[in-house]
Amino acid sequence: MNSLALIPAFPLISAVLLMASTGRLPRQLAALLGVGSIGLSAFCVASVAQQFLADGQVREITLWTWMAVDNFTPGIAFYVDGLTIVMMSVITGIGFLIHLYSVEFMETDESFCRYFAYMNLFVAAMLLLVMADNLLLLYLGWEGVGVCSYLLVGFWYRDPDNGKAARKAFVVTRVGDTAMALGLLLLFTELGTLDIQPLMAAANAKWQVGDSLPVLATALLLGGALGKSAQLPLHTWLPDAMAGPTPVSALIHAATMVTAGVYLIARTHELFLLAPPTMTAIAWIGLATLLLAAFTALAQNDIKRILAYSTISQIGYMFLALGVGAFSAGIFHLMTHAFFKALLFLAAGAVIHCLHHEHNIFRMGGLRNRLPVVFASFLIGSAALAALPFTSGFYSKDSILLAAWSLPEIEPTLWAGGLLGALLTAIYSFRLVFIVFFGEATTEPDKQAGWKMAIPLIILCVLAAMGGWISQPLSNVFPATEGHAGVAHTVEYIGIAIPLIGLVIAYLLYLGRQVSISTITESPAGKALQKFWFSGARIDDLYHNVLVRPFTGFARLCRNEPVDLLYNSVVKLIQMCHRVLASLQTGELRWYATSMVFGLVLLIAIMLRNAS
Amino acid sequence: MMESLFYIAAAVALSATVLALTRANAAHALIYLIVSLLAVAVLFFLMGAPFAAALEILIYAGAIMVLFVFVIMMLNLGEAGDAQERSGLRPRNWVIPGGMAALLFVELLFALQQEPALTSGVAVSPKEVGLALYGPYVLAVELASMLLMAGLVGAYHLGRRFIVRSGSDD
Amino acid sequence: MGGLQVPMEHVQVLAALLFSCGLLGLMLRRNIIFMLMSLEVMLNSAALAFVAAGAKWGQADGQIIFLLILAVAAAEISVGLGLVLQIQRRFKTLDMDAANRLRG
Repeated sequence: MNSLALIPAFPLISAVLLMASTGRLPRQLAALLGVGSIGLSAFCVASVAQQFLADGQVREITLWTWMAVDNFTPGIAFYVDGLTIVMMSVITGIGFLIHLYSVEFMETDESFCRYFAYMNLFVAAMLLLVMADNLLLLYLGWEGVGVCSYLLVGFWYRDPDNGKAARKAFVVTRVGDTAMALGLLLLFTELGTLDIQPLMAAANAKWQVGDSLPVLATALLLGGALGKSAQLPLHTWLPDAMAGPTPVSALIHAATMVTAGVYLIARTHELFLLAPPTMTAIAWIGLATLLLAAFTALAQNDIKRILAYSTISQIGYMFLALGVGAFSAGIFHLMTHAFFKALLFLAAGAVIHCLHHEHNIFRMGGLRNRLPVVFASFLIGSAALAALPFTSGFYSKDSILLAAWSLPEIEPTLWAGGLLGALLTAIYSFRLVFIVFFGEATTEPDKQAGWKMAIPLIILCVLAAMGGWISQPLSNVFPATEGHAGVAHTVEYIGIAIPLIGLVIAYLLYLGRQVSISTITESPAGKALQKFWFSGARIDDLYHNVLVRPFTGFARLCRNEPVDLLYNSVVKLIQMCHRVLASLQTGELRWYATSMVFGLVLLIAIMLRNAS
Repeated sequence: MMESLFYIAAAVALSATVLALTRANAAHALIYLIVSLLAVAVLFFLMGAPFAAALEILIYAGAIMVLFVFVIMMLNLGEAGDAQERSGLRPRNWVIPGGMAALLFVELLFALQQEPALTSGVAVSPKEVGLALYGPYVLAVELASMLLMAGLVGAYHLGRRFIVRSGSDD
Repeated sequence: MGGLQVPMEHVQVLAALLFSCGLLGLMLRRNIIFMLMSLEVMLNSAALAFVAAGAKWGQADGQIIFLLILAVAAAEISVGLGLVLQIQRRFKTLDMDAANRLRG
């Protein structure tokens, strides 16, 4: 059988088996199934990648026709080029490491089988997403990862807060998914097909740059990407989604699912190139998101929430790259971000695991001697996140900033905003490191990380450090962007210096204590700012007041069934008439006699009038 | 002089009726009613209908009213009944009945407007009445007799238990 | 003997007046005996009107109608008074306002 079809098949079969076992498999077997399937997929991906790097041929395979309706015949078909290879490698490679890590992280959990079933299902759906040949299959994978995200965020379902977080994730991304579905419908109606490569060719033939239809279609697709990748304004679900287990956060909310939006835009880039207004919007949304999230991360004190906002911020960088047309830079940053963010999340998970589920960084401290492997991982991961020189993050972020600088029409605001974001990133990431690993220990770890946790951490450390030198086979996928040759060296030096300045600031504030952070946070302005940024710039409150409260208020109004009011009022009217008429029947003889006389008087009056 | 007799009798009939209907004691009211009926009998005599007058006295005043008297005596209401009646005759209760009755009377007056006519002054003797009764009106006689039979049976049935039971103390 | 020649209007007005009085009594009194008495008064006034009409035309028909009215009154009163006895036995009072079990 063609090895391409095996790649999503292994995790899918494993998921089905694990679900069918209804949780009765022994842990060893479940772990073997869960981790092994991803390992096999990773092996197949490696062999396909090796072949691709050798001959550069795009591989396509159609497994069967999904449906045949009139002219619409999407198939279950895969299309593998350089971009797909990069994405598949990230998904299966990092997925394998995270699955291995999960075996130890979840070893005391009672729903071991269910966890691996969902994780495998997720990997299968994500693989379908990136390998899809047509947008409908992509949408299938898109929805699949949404469902798995819901299932995994709400994994510990007995706590209702987890359910709420899962629902919030699902509903907010649903808003984006609806926009995307509308975009797909529009594209199909206009261009007659949803197969990606023919679609892009038809679009180029039919539409001019700047036409209103491609702008509309890409804006709708952008809506879907914003939801899935947690950008403004649909980013509110990601911090709450940290309620799930940490490996879930590492896989879904750092490395893979949230990058699906970036992948979508990169895959259909020719459509986006036909719509410059949408590209501008992408760049500005990316900038706004990265700054907002960076500020918010500065004010958080839950270790996972800091990393969540950091993810939102870094994906903002990717969107910024896509918006200025630097697609390869965006994908490069996607890959390096997957390395160091997964590393950071897994390391954070190790901290939480060893500190019996403590999440508040101000209750940790001095862990560098007690958890050495974790400390090293955190240090390398934060360095990559902050884009210190020669880490993988440095190369990717720098290429994005240079691309922003060297646009045909220079947009210095984007570049300056990106630099400010880099400064803030360095500050908050080292803030985290200094508070958690230096200083006095508040909570003592009760166990050490085992080999199943440590080995993935070490491998990811290597990738995060060295990943900048992996060259990506993207040359045939994206149009060539303007080279960096014309860029002045000062721009590059500034790009190198800013993260170091951030490191120094963080050192002064949180480690050396030369400048006291508490004088800032205790002042009234500081307190107000702290509260503002802690709640994520009050956006959750905004949505609550603008969207949720009117809706629930309206639902409360309708609870008394106002439409029934009309029918009930008819009934009440008739009942009132009945009461009036019934009260005339008093049963008293005198009353009846009087009413008879009354009628008699009236009748005679009428007769007299008629007779006269 | 005979005309004035007519008006005197009319006045007696009217006043006796009014008095009859405004007494609290039932027996008093009955006696006044009997007086009224007698006055109407006089009117009949004066208009030249002696048979009607005789029947009025014999049957109306003599049988029907006596039946009333019998029942009232049997019921034996006493002083308590009088007090109850007086409370029902307060002026407040007169408004609506009085108004409606007055209205009806006014309407009847309107209906009675016609060119003036006089009674014939000829007396209609019992012989003529009898001939008419068993001539053209014989069917009416039969029906009236059936009605009276029904009334007889009904009265017997309705009154029976009372008489049987009134022996034992209920 | 002959009869008087009286204006018809006066007799009819008297009959109307008696009828109104009877009606007043019917609406005013609560005692069933008085109600029946009022009915008698009304019947009587109708009879008076009939006899007067017969006297005007000098025919026997007025008196015949009077005879039939009399028969009706007799039948009605006998049954009515039987009912009065039953009411007294059941409600222990002759007040017709007490007998309102057919109210709606």
